[in-house]
Amino acid sequence: MKQLRLLAALLFAAIAVSPAPTLAGEGGRTPKPTVSIENPGHCVAPAEEMRRNHMEMLKHQRDRSLRQGIRGEPASLNACIECHASKTTGSVLGDGKAFCQGCHEYAAVKLDCFECHQPKARFKAAGLKP
Amino acid sequence: MNAPERNPRRAFIAAAGAGVAGLGFTAIAPGLHLMAVGEANAAARPAGTAASPAVRWGLLIDATKCAPGCTKCIDACHEENGVSEQLPDPRQNSQWIRKIELVDRRNGRVTTLPMMCQHCATPPCVDVCPTGASMKRADGIVLVDRHTCIGCRYCMMACPYKARSFVHTNLSEQNPEVPRGKGCVESCTLCVHRVDKGQQPACVEKCPEGAMTFGDLNDPTSAIAKRIASVPTTQVRGDLRLDLGVRYQGI
Repeated sequence: MKQLRLLAALLFAAIAVSPAPTLAGEGGRTPKPTVSIENPGHCVAPAEEMRRNHMEMLKHQRDRSLRQGIRGEPASLNACIECHASKTTGSVLGDGKAFCQGCHEYAAVKLDCFECHQPKARFKAAGLKP
Repeated sequence: MNAPERNPRRAFIAAAGAGVAGLGFTAIAPGLHLMAVGEANAAARPAGTAASPAVRWGLLIDATKCAPGCTKCIDACHEENGVSEQLPDPRQNSQWIRKIELVDRRNGRVTTLPMMCQHCATPPCVDVCPTGASMKRADGIVLVDRHTCIGCRYCMMACPYKARSFVHTNLSEQNPEVPRGKGCVESCTLCVHRVDKGQQPACVEKCPEGAMTFGDLNDPTSAIAKRIASVPTTQVRGDLRLDLGVRYQGI
């Protein structure tokens, strides 16, 4: 019983001295995603807008492209991949530094696009060889 | 002396040659174009414009030219659309196009033909789809919207041509222009990504016998419309009156 009380006290002390995780603000204590931008300054919209709205832009574009057949729109997943794929891995997925995966991992948002779409830039499928 | 590219007459000849070789048309003078002969598809649809309901894309397959044992159209389709998975049960592999062999039992005459989505004007797959994922584009190409497909496979049951496949496994070898993935139904798209660029479907381009003709069924001046107007052609299971986009000759 004495041991348990000691353990509880130690645990309380550990929590009390640990840095507060909330309200870190711009003080630099909040971890940020380590996303590398391969071609900075070439995006179709400012970074702020892309961060907030890229999913809406892609969603509306995908319906217009697939259902109405409108091609060559400014927002396009393939254009995102071509520009943002890592120059070392050639992909927007792979690890925490990859453009799409890095940020989505940080924000804990599921990334469904690449269950069907190809995450590698300039990928050429070989197809089934007879 | 002028360099060759500075000579306007030589530049014109080179441009005209390039136009005949593959560009489709070349501007000779403002408003005057040199049209290339034998171009089966129109120029690429300009960016930002929707597929036109005035167009009806179709295929004419000459079964008398289709060579038994040749699978070039299937290989071209697999390469173009990134179909590469080989599952332990081969019946589960995706099949966008397949070769069918017809044998006349009385005299042994063999006819082979490629079979794929027939791009019906009134597609049963679109009728039965509970989510609206199975759809027909304005220019007659029948597609699956994988964003809304739930993989219920009603369309596979409804299709009289066994044209659709279900993807049973995780994929990673997709072509960027042809997204495909586990849990969705898929079928021949008439290479919609190529057609929108003004190209022909991969199977048509790679057929060594020239047995397939692609074009606009609604345009009376297109090669396919002229051929359908001049030779007897068949719609497979025409009794279903689905008004197919794919027609066969010689079956």
